[in-house]
Amino acid sequence: MKDNMTNLPDTVTDETWIILGATSSMARAFARKVASEGAFVLLAGRDMEDLERSATDMRARGQHAEAIKFDARNPKTFDPIIDRVSEVVGVINAAVFVGSMPPQDAIDEDPSLIDGTVMDSYAGPARFLQKLAPVIEARGAGTVVGVGSVAGDRGRIGNYVYGSAKAGFATYLSGLRNRLTRAGGHVVTVKPGFVDTAMTWDVEGMFLVATPEKVAGDISNAVKKKKNVIYTPFFWRYIMLIIRHIPEFIFKKMSI
Amino acid sequence: MSWKIIDYTGWGRVLRASGAMARPERARKLADLTKEGGPAVGNRRSYGDASLNNDGRAIDMTRMNRIIGFDAETGQVTVEAGITIGELAHIFAPQGWIPAVLPGTGFATVGGCIAQDVHGKNHHNTGSFGQHVLSVTLIQNGKRVVATPKKNVALFRATMGGIGQTGVIAEATLQMKPCPGDVMMVTEQRAENWERHISLLDASTAEYCVGWIDATAQGAALGRGIVEEAELAKGLLPKAKSPRSVPRDAPNWALSGPVVRGFNATYYRRVPTSGKSSVKRIDDFFFPLDKIHDWNRLYGKRGFYQFQNVVPLSEVGALKGMLDRIAGAGLASPLAVLKRMGDGRAGHMSFPMEGYTLAVDFPARDAARDLIAELEKMTAQANGRLYLAKDALATGDAIKAMYPEHGDWAAIADKSDPERSLETDMTRRLGLRNTG
Repeated sequence: MKDNMTNLPDTVTDETWIILGATSSMARAFARKVASEGAFVLLAGRDMEDLERSATDMRARGQHAEAIKFDARNPKTFDPIIDRVSEVVGVINAAVFVGSMPPQDAIDEDPSLIDGTVMDSYAGPARFLQKLAPVIEARGAGTVVGVGSVAGDRGRIGNYVYGSAKAGFATYLSGLRNRLTRAGGHVVTVKPGFVDTAMTWDVEGMFLVATPEKVAGDISNAVKKKKNVIYTPFFWRYIMLIIRHIPEFIFKKMSI
Repeated sequence: MSWKIIDYTGWGRVLRASGAMARPERARKLADLTKEGGPAVGNRRSYGDASLNNDGRAIDMTRMNRIIGFDAETGQVTVEAGITIGELAHIFAPQGWIPAVLPGTGFATVGGCIAQDVHGKNHHNTGSFGQHVLSVTLIQNGKRVVATPKKNVALFRATMGGIGQTGVIAEATLQMKPCPGDVMMVTEQRAENWERHISLLDASTAEYCVGWIDATAQGAALGRGIVEEAELAKGLLPKAKSPRSVPRDAPNWALSGPVVRGFNATYYRRVPTSGKSSVKRIDDFFFPLDKIHDWNRLYGKRGFYQFQNVVPLSEVGALKGMLDRIAGAGLASPLAVLKRMGDGRAGHMSFPMEGYTLAVDFPARDAARDLIAELEKMTAQANGRLYLAKDALATGDAIKAMYPEHGDWAAIADKSDPERSLETDMTRRLGLRNTG
């Protein structure tokens, strides 16, 4: 019936996935996907009550899951996660789904919102990944999935603060990939287009909207095939190729 | 950020609505939304207008779909109300538990199953869905209220079959029943006519029993069909076929008289005169139509009605009279079901009564509307009742007369929802929130 109708995992693998920002529907779908394939999943985020529900749900399906606190703006929450995974044998992976997108007009009114946006979408997750990188290097394996956004490919009037934070994160991921590759690790940068989530529920003018399950499947395939940068659904690569190549003297007058 | 205007329909696609819809993903968000008003809706498998709120707000529960507690010793499971009953069967049958009551579609949400107090093919043995609910958590204007068969009893009864009028159904604890495996042993036999059909249903000792009826057969063959009996079993699982879907509206002739008569005759002869036994997957037995996604499109753009009534055992003759009218009208579709029900029901507005229930689909045409109006009158005369999960055409007076506890229910609903912010197109059409 539905894609998420996964039953008991066929096998228990020695993979662990840390899911940062696990309350979002995209993260939930990805967590269900990797857990159904046997991975142990650490659901990390701010809303512990919600994370406990997701963990209980996965355990009732015979999967392995725990909830753990993560707040991108509070680095004190980072070490306990690193400590927890250090106790677990096998390959440690992480998928970053955090980020925040205040409306651009709210930022125009209160520029201090920029700090939080950058903390949530870039600085916080990057600081966490700096702590995780030595673990991956020590074990000689492990994949980091970083969810960016097509908004990071070019600054636009509608959300350029969010876009610039995601662009910074994408550049960080590219550097981290360069670092981890030489130690047997890998980094996948994911740029989703329009996805049917709570964040986009009332956004007007959306087209070709993908389900969270579809995006989760695409990410999972990219991890298995060790892709570097993926757009999901795939055609966003071409949409963004065009958008990136519009000359700036034209682009600056457009409102897309 | 929370609401957007969408167009949506009931499963029969005749009745439509346009209104502001929210789709929360977290309990806290759901609680906040209930302060803004609007009934909860699930996968909208009710055929008529039970899940519509035209020009008003509604809360789509389908992303509130997690299991939030499970005890493998007792088979008690607590869920967010947007999870589907089919998913529960999928998850737990391999672990030895199955929801005690499974309706005809696995896509129904648990919230919807409660709001309609649905029944399954084992109703005569096991009762209705609400009779296996141990606890329900409602959200009334932001406030969580728990009702159980022992605590807040009146509210509990008003919620089972209460078409969502006592609060947003947020969570529920269900008592599942043990099952030996995840296949069904199914026996099918032909019933040559009405009398034979009824006597096979009466004599059945199986846990699950239902009759498929050829609602186009007339004369001596009136009421012919196939009686299907089944037990849960352990065994080798036949391979699942992947679901198909109806990608677009079918033309109007797709289910026209000759096509349906031909299909029905073939379907009837599929089972040999000596009967047939087989092993089926749980899904294939309980949710045969779910394999064809969006099968409601087979009726074309104009949509369809499903008529379902129940009459007391003593009125079996009246029901035969109704089938005679249906067969004579030549409007029926292949989807017709006859079943003997027990007396199990969990709430004031629950559909079941001990007797026989008949369900027939009709394409949405004027002739069908006239016929359904006539069948409603005949049902009322036979002291029967109509099913709110299916109804799209009845009048309020008729429904209130069929549900003698309606007044008590309406009083509790008003206490739970004094602003009447949970009203739907159905409650307004039938005036159900008014006692008069």
